[in-house]
Amino acid sequence: MLPPFKLEQTIAQVVREDWGRILASLVSSYKDWQLAEDVLQDAVEQAMTSWKEDGLPDAPAAWLLTTARRKAIDKCRKNARFSELLPELTRHSLLIQHSEDVGMENIFPDKRLELIFACCHPAIDQKTSVALTLRTLGGLSTEEIANAFIDQTKTMAQRLARAKNKITKAGIPFEVPDEQNLEERLSAVLAVIYLIFNEGYSASYGESSTRADLTDEAIRLARIVQQLLPQQTEVSGLLALLLLHDSRRSGRQDKSSDFISLEFQNRSRWDKAKIREGTNLLKITLAKQKLGVYQLQAAISALHSEAASWEDTDWAQINALYELLYSMHPSAVVRVNHAMAHSYAQNPTSALAMLETLAEDTSMQRYQPFYTARADLQYRCGHLEAAQKDFIRAIDLSKNSVQQSYLRDRLALIEQQLSDLQGGSPNN
Amino acid sequence: MQYMCLIYSAEEAGPQPGTPEYGPFMQGYQAFTNEMQQSGKMVHGDALQPISTATTVTLENGKREVTDGPFAETKETLGGYYLLECETLDDAIEQAAKIPSAKHGRIEIRPVVVWDN
Repeated sequence: MLPPFKLEQTIAQVVREDWGRILASLVSSYKDWQLAEDVLQDAVEQAMTSWKEDGLPDAPAAWLLTTARRKAIDKCRKNARFSELLPELTRHSLLIQHSEDVGMENIFPDKRLELIFACCHPAIDQKTSVALTLRTLGGLSTEEIANAFIDQTKTMAQRLARAKNKITKAGIPFEVPDEQNLEERLSAVLAVIYLIFNEGYSASYGESSTRADLTDEAIRLARIVQQLLPQQTEVSGLLALLLLHDSRRSGRQDKSSDFISLEFQNRSRWDKAKIREGTNLLKITLAKQKLGVYQLQAAISALHSEAASWEDTDWAQINALYELLYSMHPSAVVRVNHAMAHSYAQNPTSALAMLETLAEDTSMQRYQPFYTARADLQYRCGHLEAAQKDFIRAIDLSKNSVQQSYLRDRLALIEQQLSDLQGGSPNN
Repeated sequence: MQYMCLIYSAEEAGPQPGTPEYGPFMQGYQAFTNEMQQSGKMVHGDALQPISTATTVTLENGKREVTDGPFAETKETLGGYYLLECETLDDAIEQAAKIPSAKHGRIEIRPVVVWDN
């Protein structure tokens, strides 16, 4: 028998791995999100005591599902919905009894796609979709999600409860969208996964510049969707992009966990297995010739991964890819990155001109990477005072302490140079 | 499920009576109503008189207070509604997007409460 601490770890692991699939199956049966979550939570608690006494069952996931279904029967007996649910419950208890005859797929059909499409429905606010996806498919606790987004557990619980209520009351369907709507709906799902990843990767709040749990979770979610929709090139593109981004995780921080920009990263610290997996997946996907924004971003990231050093980077090709990306997705954010690539492929002066048109965009006034980029270009063009001004603004807008310290170092260097210039020519 | 599709638009937006665009616009409504009836989704639908005809009533300490005008002054006002029977929200969204005023206004979709006895 396993020692208690080991058992708890094992249970936690089983729960994390299978939570989404079991919950999806329960929601699919009962069409009641709260009921499904409650009975699964009860089953997990029962597992804690039962498994401690009897040891781990052969198929822990099936045990949890069966136990959750029994609890659903108990709960429904107490209310009027029982008669409504009875046929479905009977069918499932029969299937559970004859599981060897009917095969696992019948008692345990994979409904995770239906689940994620419901969580990421456009009728649900995106921030709520993020939380709901992490709770239902990812199996994170409400408290964990609240911590990740610097929210009160109570507030987060209310947000989740409202969303589940809306799904039920407004009749948000539990189904994979038809061909006609798939692309649009899928892009909402991918946006949510990418948002989860970025939250972990750039950690706009808090002390640590990488919250590995969220980036890992986003990769796990992308893998699930990719396995279930292998023909959708943008899903594979997103997974490749996340793997390639994440390969640089340990290179982005130095020993004192300070943020290191791509230019100064020690490339030997990059995770080669992740680079290989991301690059291989991208090659197969690009060959299908259904290009999209995630594939393009992955291709840009792959070019960085392939370069032996910053100087060896194929800036001409990266610049061309950004040009293409901007034509597909003309956003200010893409333009900022495009300008930076252009500055290396061509020159900082014309790159600076590309940013000038953006400066009038009001959304840029609070966009820290815009000021960081422009500060860098101003500096490289020799406009020290303009660079100083932009770095001060960037520091002001940054919410991340390690990023702030990086920006402060650059600002300090410029201020040193400015004072040297003044000191060097006292007569002026 | 029944969905109430509330049609909101600014009264000066979209085709106005007496303009050449108004005829085809109203024909669009007729076509939509026919489509909903034929597909069995139509429960009910009405157009409302302009907001200038609105009256608001409330009880203040048991005393009736009647005011001329709408409850809240907003640019976009409720101009009419369709009550539709749809399988899911996705179906309701798809139908509501065909309402001619969706082009210059907005359709708010609200599920109707089913009372448990």
